[in-house]
Formats: sequence, C-alpha cells, structure tokens
Amino acid sequence: MKILIVEDDAEAAAYLAKALKEAGHNPDLAADGETGLEMARSSAFDVLIVDRMLPKRDGLSMLSTLRDEGNDTPSIILSALGQVDDRVKGLRSGGDDYLTKPYAFSELLARIEILARRKKPEEAETLLVVGDLRLDRLSREAKRDGKKILLQPREFRLLEFLMRNAGKVVTRTMLLEEVWDYHFDPQTNVIDVHVSRLRSKIDKDFAEPMLHTIRGAGYLLRAGQET
Amino acid sequence: MWARTRSLLRVTAVRLSIAYTLAFGVLAVILVFYMTGSAVDYLRQQFQNSINEEVLSLQQVYQTRGLNGLIRAMEQRSRAPGANLYLVADPSGNIIAGNVRTIDSSVLAKTGWNMHPFEYQGFGDNETQRETRAVARSFELPNGMRILIGQDIGEPERLRGTVRRALSFSLGMMLLVGFLIWYFVGRRALKRIDMVSKSTERILAGDQSERLPVTGVNDEFDRLSRRMNVMLDRISHLDKGLRNVSDSIAHDLKTPLTRLRNKADAALSSDLVNSKSREALGEVMADADQLIKTFNALLMISRVEAGSQITQLAELDMTELTQDVAELYEPVCEEERFTLNIEIASGLRVNGSRELLSQALTNLLDNAIKYGKTENAEDQQISIILCKNKKEVVVAVSDKGQGIAAEHFEKVKERFTRLDESRSLPGNGLGLALVDAIVKLHNGKFELGDAKPGLLAKITLPEFETHQKVKSTPNASKSG
Repeated sequence: MKILIVEDDAEAAAYLAKALKEAGHNPDLAADGETGLEMARSSAFDVLIVDRMLPKRDGLSMLSTLRDEGNDTPSIILSALGQVDDRVKGLRSGGDDYLTKPYAFSELLARIEILARRKKPEEAETLLVVGDLRLDRLSREAKRDGKKILLQPREFRLLEFLMRNAGKVVTRTMLLEEVWDYHFDPQTNVIDVHVSRLRSKIDKDFAEPMLHTIRGAGYLLRAGQET
Repeated sequence: MWARTRSLLRVTAVRLSIAYTLAFGVLAVILVFYMTGSAVDYLRQQFQNSINEEVLSLQQVYQTRGLNGLIRAMEQRSRAPGANLYLVADPSGNIIAGNVRTIDSSVLAKTGWNMHPFEYQGFGDNETQRETRAVARSFELPNGMRILIGQDIGEPERLRGTVRRALSFSLGMMLLVGFLIWYFVGRRALKRIDMVSKSTERILAGDQSERLPVTGVNDEFDRLSRRMNVMLDRISHLDKGLRNVSDSIAHDLKTPLTRLRNKADAALSSDLVNSKSREALGEVMADADQLIKTFNALLMISRVEAGSQITQLAELDMTELTQDVAELYEPVCEEERFTLNIEIASGLRVNGSRELLSQALTNLLDNAIKYGKTENAEDQQISIILCKNKKEVVVAVSDKGQGIAAEHFEKVKERFTRLDESRSLPGNGLGLALVDAIVKLHNGKFELGDAKPGLLAKITLPEFETHQKVKSTPNASKSG
C-alpha cells in the first residue's frame, strides 16, 4: 500500500516509515502540513497518516482542504489529544479514523489495513461468509458448518465486525469503539472475556479454530485451513 | 405571587428604596405636623392679641361708662357681622347679654385664658347646628358678674383638618406609587440578576464562551457585566494558555513514550531476542503502557475538571447506558466468580455524556472487581443498581469486599491516593478521582459508603427535565 506519513517529529516519522516498510507497505514522508498537502495532491495514496499538530498547516486544516478539493483518500489522524470532542472535530474535518498518541504500532497497522479496505462504500451485504461460518444479518442467524450458533445481540455484533474484517488483525480498542462505541480503555480485560465467550461458541465443536488471539495486538478471524 | 414578592424583597435596590421611603414618610409626617402645629400656635397668638385688644378697649368703656355702658357696648359689638364672642353672666352663671346661647359652665367659671378650645353655641346659629369651638378670656367683675371675650376658631381648625387630610392622602399616594415603582424596578433588577446568575451558572458549568448579558442601557448592571466580562475574557485566555501548555506537554512527552514502547514492540518481534530479553522487553512495554495510561488519566481528569466537554452533555438514556456497561462487565464478573446483581429501573434520563458516564461506571466496576474479592469465593458479589429518588437518578455499585474505612472516603477521591491495602494491586490511584470529576461536571454527587460489608459507591445525578438545560434559580421561575 502506498502510504503518506505527515509528521513533524523526524525520528517518529522515520521509525513509522521503517516499521511500515517492514510490514510490506510503501511509505512516503512529509514533515509539515503544506508539504503534506502538496504531496497528497500530486500523487495517489492508499492511506494518509496525519499528525494533528504540524508546522505551517495543522493536520485538520490539511485534511479539510483535501476533502474540499474532492480528494477522499482514507486518512487516520494521530493526536496527543484524545478527548471525545477532539475526536469529533477530527472526524468532522475529514479524518476517517482517529488514534491517540501514543499508540501501539500494531494498533495503527491494524487500523490502516481496515481503513484501506473501507475505501469502497460499505455495501450492505446481508450474508457474511467466512469459511464454513455464515452470518445472516436479516434473520440474525449465525451458522457454522450448517449448525446454528446461539448468540447474544452484542456477540452477534462482535462476530459481525470480526467477519467483516476477516483475515485482518482487529485490536481490543477497535472492538470497544466499533462494537460498544466506547472510546476509553477499561482497566479490566472485559473484551478478552467477551471474545473468549464468542470463541467457545464458534470454535468449541470444531477441530479447526477460526478466532485467533494475536499476542500484543488483538484478534484475527480467518477461515480454517480446509477451505 | 407571594414567592415573587419575597424574592423581590431580597433585592437590595428594593430594600433600600423601602427604607428610604419609610424614612422620608416619617420625616414628612413630622414636618407637616410641625408646620400645622406652629401655624396653629401663630393663629392662637393672633387670637390672644385680638382678644387682648378687645379687652383693653372694653376696659376703657367700663371705666368711663360703668357696667351698663360695658354691657351695651358688648351687645353692640356682638351684633356686628363676624363678631367675636361676647358674654355677660350674673354671679350664678345665667347668661345676661352677648352672642352666646350655651356654654360649658366650667369654661365660664374659670378666670383668665381659656386657650384649650371649648365648645359653645352662638345666637346666630341654628339650634340644631353642631356646637363650634372657640378660645376665650374671662374676667370676674367686682360685683361678681362674669364677662367672657373669645374668638371662634372653627376656621383654622377646619384649615388644619384640610391640611392633614391632604397630607394623609398624599402620603397614601406616595406609598402606593412608591410600591408600584419598587415592584417594577425591583422586578427588572431581579430579572437582570437572574440573567447574570444564569450566565454565571453556564460559565461555571464550563461554557467558557458564555458572557454576562449587556443590555446597552449602560446602567450599573451593564457596567458591572462589562467589567466582569473583561475579567472572564482574561480568565479564559489564561485557561486556554494553560490547556495549550498541558496539551503541548502531552504531545511532547507522549511522543518519546510512544517511541520507547514501539521500539520495545519491534524488538520483541525480531528473531534475535532470546527468551530472557523477550521477558524484559515485555516488561518495558507493560511499564510504558502503565505510564501512558496514568498520563492519559491525569490529562482526562484535568480536562473534565475544566469542563471542556460541556458540549457533549445532552439528553441521555441512563437506563440504556447502565445496561450496556453491565452487559460489558457481565462475562468478566462471571469469570472472576462474582455474583452479579443487576437492578435497573427503566426510562431514567439525565443530561450527560454517554462516554464520560460510561467511563465513570466502568471505573467503579473495575474497582469492585479489583477490591471486592473475598476469601470465600461464594460470597463474592457485585451489585449494580439504577433507581430514581425524587428528582434524582442514582447509580450505585457495591461489592462485598474489604471496603474502605469511613475516614478515607474523601481522601480516595483525590488524585494518586492509594490506600495501603491496595498498593499490592495494579492501578494508578486516579480511577475515583476521574469519577469524581465526571460526576461534578454533571452537577451530581459522588458518595462512598459502607455496604456492610464492602464498598458502596453512589452517583447521584439530576434527572433530565425537558425545557431545562440549566438549573434555574429557585422561587423566581416557579411562582405564578
């Protein structure tokens, strides 16, 4: 993926670029808002990573200018400010996602992968299929290998989100935001317990597990190897 | 109406004007009484003078023409129009001559001045007519006969009556008009004060862009409001500066922290590390995460205390919020072997932020799970209760653990307070401080208590009322 990093902290930018390269992406760097704007205008990127506080032109103004010009490259705002109203402001200015510094690189990586796919307008598929796991959003039924799985409403949404992003790492913070709509981290490992409950429902009677824990990052739902 | 009058009486302007009017009224009464009194004194003096003159001339008549001459002269004078009072009586008190028909005998018996007005009936008067009043001087002649010379004072008496009636009328009018003026002026003042206190309340709630109302009349309220607005501008300028500084600190310090954590993360995933350094790197990451969390929590508290999220407060379904949080924690409670008691009343609404109140509730549940453990796992229990108490919505979380000694209830709400019992457990001592800040932002109360055994944490929030975003001042708006 072609990624533009707009970040004034040279060391942080270099580190980010290196880490993204290692993850198989193709990052470009801009050190201030004006340069970032020029680069985003002149070539096509898959994702923009924009720091909020930037010299010359701040990140929000840069993004809203791009949006006004009809450029809707998916973007993620990085910021030290993590309040709800900051987030709302960030998303209103044209950011597609918002990540508070300091973030774990794995969190950023997971979000970029999902963001790049979100580029297409989210089609309202009624049936989600991952391997032998099927989820019908209309009848609100989940089946694995034809066997019905009984889910609580929240578990249904959790599974839906995981299936929608099958094959990608999904972090705990993303689950809290997307499934529960909370933008803070509870001290207790509430998400882990929800996920392990879900896992016991979808993986228990099957030899091939689908829901995996990625240490230090989050979770991954993927089809078993037989498919 | 009565409530409004009572609140009017609490306005300083009204109190002052009432005091002034009362003082002025009393002074006016004293002045008028003094003036009418001295006018009456002057008139009496006049009466005495004219009576004295009369007496002098009659004395001459008596000396030159004797008793008969005197009587005749008095008869003559008494018939003149507008005459004084003349009376001649024999020693037994029978009236012989003059223009007086009846008179109190005690007046007649008294020799000398009779300045205290007495009542009499003259000849010219109709018999049924009421007696009029007079002052007089009487003498006893050597032969025992008595003569009385006096003057009718009906006219000045009537004058005095008129003046006093006019006075009481104008005093009455003054009081009435004064009352009306106080009422309207006072009500206006009260309205202005209400406006100011409403603005102040919004400012206190964190709306820093709010300013006191200036009507443009340029009265004392406007001048005061303008000054206060300048002050508020300055405060918000300073506050903004402070927030910029703390934002910058967050930006500047958290960036190297990010790097530290991410480098440890990157090192962990490289193939070169052995299991020992892997463990160390894991600890570095955990420590960095803890630092970051503490920093975030601290910043969060400052921001909530500054009320910067006030724009987020809106009508909020507290029932749904509590159910969501309870549902989020239900599996964890089960895994940690807590019995979860949930009693959630339906349809309760508050004016609040879902994000913040969820976080507050989450912090309380985190605490309950952390500190609510008991030796016998079967006793472990956490209760989440949402109920309505009069006009308030109460959310309570309680456990059956060790609890907190009553003397620490206030202390644990402060930042970085960790009681000795809890030092062995992970945490930063900011959880309850954040709850406290969040509840304060919502105009609520956060109380800790003894759940016997265990800790009871209770959040009380004002119930959401339609048409009521800011609490209005009592009385003024409720009367009618």
